[in-house]
Amino acid sequence: MDASVSTFLQQLINGISQGSAYALIALGYTMVYGVLGLINFAHSDVYMFGAFMGYYTANNRVVQAHLGTSLSAAVVVMVVAMALSAGLGMIIERFAYRPGRTQTRYTFAFWLGILGAIFGNLLLHSGTGTLIGAALGIVVGVAAEFAGVRPVRQESRLALLIIAIGVSLFLENGGQIVFGADPKFFPEIIPSTSLNFGPLSLDTQKLIVLAVALALMVLLNVVVNYTKTGKAMRAVSFNLNAAKLMGINTDRIIALTFAIGSALAAAGGILVSLLYPKIDPLMGVMPGLKAFVAAVLGGIGNITGAMVGGLILGLAEVMAVGYGSSTYRDAIAFIILVLILLFKPGGIMGKGTVEKV
Amino acid sequence: MKRAALWGIMVVLLAALQTQLGGWIGAYYYKIVILAGINIILAVSLNLINGITGQFSIGHAGFYAVGAYTSASLVTYGESWIRGMVSFLPRLGQDVVLLVAGIVAAAIAAGIAGLAVGIPSLRLRGDYLAIVTLGFGEIIRVLILNIDAIGGARGFSNIPAMSDFFLFWVFLFVLITVAVIRNLVESSYGRAFISIRDDEIAAEAMGVDTTRFKVLAFVISSMFAGIGGSLFAHYTAYLNPSSFTFITSFYLIIMIVVGGLGSIEGSILGAILITVVLEAFRSLSEFRLVGFSILLVLVMLYRPQGLMGAAEMFRLRRRPAVAKS
Repeated sequence: MDASVSTFLQQLINGISQGSAYALIALGYTMVYGVLGLINFAHSDVYMFGAFMGYYTANNRVVQAHLGTSLSAAVVVMVVAMALSAGLGMIIERFAYRPGRTQTRYTFAFWLGILGAIFGNLLLHSGTGTLIGAALGIVVGVAAEFAGVRPVRQESRLALLIIAIGVSLFLENGGQIVFGADPKFFPEIIPSTSLNFGPLSLDTQKLIVLAVALALMVLLNVVVNYTKTGKAMRAVSFNLNAAKLMGINTDRIIALTFAIGSALAAAGGILVSLLYPKIDPLMGVMPGLKAFVAAVLGGIGNITGAMVGGLILGLAEVMAVGYGSSTYRDAIAFIILVLILLFKPGGIMGKGTVEKV
Repeated sequence: MKRAALWGIMVVLLAALQTQLGGWIGAYYYKIVILAGINIILAVSLNLINGITGQFSIGHAGFYAVGAYTSASLVTYGESWIRGMVSFLPRLGQDVVLLVAGIVAAAIAAGIAGLAVGIPSLRLRGDYLAIVTLGFGEIIRVLILNIDAIGGARGFSNIPAMSDFFLFWVFLFVLITVAVIRNLVESSYGRAFISIRDDEIAAEAMGVDTTRFKVLAFVISSMFAGIGGSLFAHYTAYLNPSSFTFITSFYLIIMIVVGGLGSIEGSILGAILITVVLEAFRSLSEFRLVGFSILLVLVMLYRPQGLMGAAEMFRLRRRPAVAKS
């Protein structure tokens, strides 16, 4: 085999594994956009959170003592991180996005509790301080709610978008406080060996990343297309109010959408951390943006589109860096975004929508 | 006539303040006053696109950076050339010409950048502007980091400082910004912007060319951000890419949200308030940002209209009574 051909194949594999990670994140964006029409900026931070949860699980003494470095350890790390991130996604939806949509309780107490915890920690520099602050915040929040402080019901998408920005910044900076601002190194939970096919050498890690990502996408497709819940999700995405009238518990379905999207983002976070082990609280910003571009590229709201878009974006980026310059690596995604907005705003898989008044 | 007199009085007042204020409050507070002035320019201009036209830009810092670096490069590299052209003026007059040239260049460059960002993203309904501006802000930062002539990651130093009269200049431009945007909002253009915010489909049905007006609002907003950047560059005489990150855009959003989206006076209040609070909590770093992001979420959930709502305290002129049919 020619050397240039083998380099090309190598780049192809790199691009596909990078792209499948983008696709996993893009799925969360596109699913949430489908049901709420919202660009969930906090999604990129859920991805970061997933990677950190994987890091802490893998370094957990119990996990290390019982499983060591084995395939089962990798599975445990993956499942725990995905479950925790799904929880985070549901919490975000419940306390940040839902209050403007449906009547909810204890939202004020939740946020004041966090604020109180921060100030308690700052003032007393101890765990007790944090607890006292949180307790005070929660008490004040509950009292205020009884006194009649209620979230405002809002129709405007702009408000939700601003809230999403707020949550995203909160997670990034909260992450810097809780996880520490300095980068950490993700443990090698799957050993890296290379398989040689003639001049072509493949890294097993990349193949595993690819396999896991594809398996998750197939699983998602099965859930969305062949289960009752999936049908409900499609219905909510098609028309939220009509779905509600048909007796679908839309709040539950939206929460579930956030949970699934977040779990996929966490999986993406761990897979990317296997390839590029440096993790820090701001690691989600760029991949998040690019995954959104991938979602738009495939047609926002379209699940298959997100997968295709992710793969194309990953390939384009790796090829451009491999055969061009790496300085403006991050600019490629935005050039693609601007081109797609100019020439095919519906995306590759999206269908043109007719606006009804 | 009356208006010209009003402007004359304000300019004289500003000049008087310039000579006195530094002595009254000391260098530190003087600096905060100037920063607040620059933030007012940025917040009011951001409000034009986010609050009044109802689009969502989260990359205002990108245009701010374009303005700052354009003006700084022009004045740094073209100083002797410009001074040569106006050599008949006294030194002070030459400084004024330099500063004005920088500001005009900054406004033009930021306006062009705004046009380039606005056209692809504002043709479409939906929130694409948010993502495109976010990406633009990042790309501008990466560009600056990679261009050595403007300092790259080291920062752009040795910009000719013109900080002697800066209070005067900053607040003169604060007045100009507020006057221009306020008059714009009260004009038929402003009515078109507001109609797009309130109901884009209805506006289009009424014959408003929505894309054109959205892009127009965005370009004007970017131009004023560029002016703010130019003032910042010549005040500090040193620029660093880290002053123009997403966090800067985020603080600007908090200013206009706390002040009240759509209210110009609200933006002014918000800009002053947040500038002061940010200075007061400077030592807390990440804790400060966590607090502010929770504040943003809570304001949006519990008081989305902010301090002022969309109201203004001072009316420009009495509105004509609505004709009864």
